[in-house]
Amino acid sequence: MTATQETLQKVSAIAPNAARALNETLSLNLGPQHPATHGTLRFKLEVDGEVIQRCDPEIGFLHTGFEKLGEYRSYNQFVVISDRMNYLSPINNNVGHAVACERLFDIKVPPRGQYLRVMLSELSRLADHVVCVGLQGMDLGAFSTMLWTFIEREKLYDIFEAVTGARLTTSWTRIGGIFRDVPKDLPEMVNEFLKKFPAVLDEIDYMLARNKIFMDRTIGIGKLTQEQAVSWGVTGPLLRATGVPYDVRRAFPYLCYSELDFDIPVRFEGDAYARYLVRMAEMRQTVRIIRQCLDKLPEGPVNAVEHKVTLPPKDMVYKDMESLIHHFKIVMPGHGALPPKGEVYVATEVPNGELGYYMVSDGTGMPYRIRIRPPSFYHFATMPLQVEGHLISDAISALSSLNIIAGELDR
Amino acid sequence: MPIDYAALEKSIREKFAGDVVAWTTFRGQHVLHLKRENVISALKFLRDDPAAAFAMLTDVTCVDSLRLPTDMQNEYPERFAVVYNLTSLAHNAQLRVKAYVPEDPSEIDSAVSLWMSALWGEREAYDMYGVTFKGHPDLRRILTPDNFQGHPLRKDYPLKGRGERDNFPKYQDIPSK
Repeated sequence: MTATQETLQKVSAIAPNAARALNETLSLNLGPQHPATHGTLRFKLEVDGEVIQRCDPEIGFLHTGFEKLGEYRSYNQFVVISDRMNYLSPINNNVGHAVACERLFDIKVPPRGQYLRVMLSELSRLADHVVCVGLQGMDLGAFSTMLWTFIEREKLYDIFEAVTGARLTTSWTRIGGIFRDVPKDLPEMVNEFLKKFPAVLDEIDYMLARNKIFMDRTIGIGKLTQEQAVSWGVTGPLLRATGVPYDVRRAFPYLCYSELDFDIPVRFEGDAYARYLVRMAEMRQTVRIIRQCLDKLPEGPVNAVEHKVTLPPKDMVYKDMESLIHHFKIVMPGHGALPPKGEVYVATEVPNGELGYYMVSDGTGMPYRIRIRPPSFYHFATMPLQVEGHLISDAISALSSLNIIAGELDR
Repeated sequence: MPIDYAALEKSIREKFAGDVVAWTTFRGQHVLHLKRENVISALKFLRDDPAAAFAMLTDVTCVDSLRLPTDMQNEYPERFAVVYNLTSLAHNAQLRVKAYVPEDPSEIDSAVSLWMSALWGEREAYDMYGVTFKGHPDLRRILTPDNFQGHPLRKDYPLKGRGERDNFPKYQDIPSK
């Protein structure tokens, strides 16, 4: 703590350098390379002892210019770029992009396509929450829970690989539907996974939820009030941990979420512990959603029949003249799927919060402007608010509860 | 309960008659086009009026109209459009507000006094487009390095950049003895 004038005078009589040091703050770099920051994030801290007086976050180490690239790619090609944003739950990004494009083009996805998209999005949500909860424990020293959660993530990777062909860079959706229908044994794989998953959640809860060290290090840390959260543009589990029951799946329903029955868990403390509890409860609700999707999964086509936008079935392309021409016109550069002129902003609920795609179309096959509203960006802006006046280790605890994904933050 | 957008349009046009350029609707989404002069008072009205109650500024961004086709150029009275995406949590509604900013001077008032999410949103719009937000407490670059020249998302900035990748400052190695 900073010294009083009296102490300073006494000390400066004996040791002038020490007196100066008593009142100085140390500029510390919680630098871009750090084992406890999630990705390349930098905090310029001014600490007095170990108490943070000022915090200035610096980002941009992973800035790749996705929005500029998006202006030079067609609407379907952009899905490959959308994978690389939130790389813990890439299917959510793909689905967000596809939903926004379909709003712009005014295309309705058939029911089977909708249910499959919702089911895979929710599995992807599990993958993201499970990492966040595991890393929240690991940053505080509980290494085992991270390993257990990553085992579950490997099982989810098997499912994603069976459906999309890739573990991480799924690029699964196309405008009007998805890449292709899922393998026949997918319901069995998902059921197998869901049978064991709640037990893993119970195990993690058993280790962390009433653990004295975990509670001491997360209760009261990173506290946000409701007014602060709403003013700073915080969405998702962080907003629900402050008591505002805003979920884009309920507020602006998309795909088939209006037909599914799930609860929105809410806590009122707004700190890192509340966020942990909200994420755990959300995972249990997600399991409920996936079970409903499996029960209600309809038969039928997965892609909308829109000749100018979705590819025709390949066997028809070989037989039928119109299908060949449609295929040519959709795939070749210079033609492509042409939307009407206009703009849309469509928000979807990704595990981190509200991911918004704002697209301005000039009538050509490439968007004129594509803006991705990343939840991590607005969450990271609240770090000075959460961290000033607390210790450096509290900063790590608060940061891990925010679930900042550097790919989404910087784009 | 959903918002009555027609009534909202009417009250905005009454209160801010000189500043409203247009109110458009596309795919069920509503956009309010304003001049940049009184944009802060219009946004304040949208935030505070109980019939609207747009409590959250979800996103601040910018669109550069330089390369638009001719029939869309009429929608953009100036070069840049600062786009505010607002969300009303009470009414589960969204609204987009676009304020038009000329190229030189590309200034507009900052919305930080209304919503703190504008703190970083406007920093990014400044970084990518060069639009200055008057009254912003900390307007500096956020995604590009601090000594970066130019504004990357402008339409006259090339996709492959201006050779920045080849021009990083090189440090001298101190030869060891």
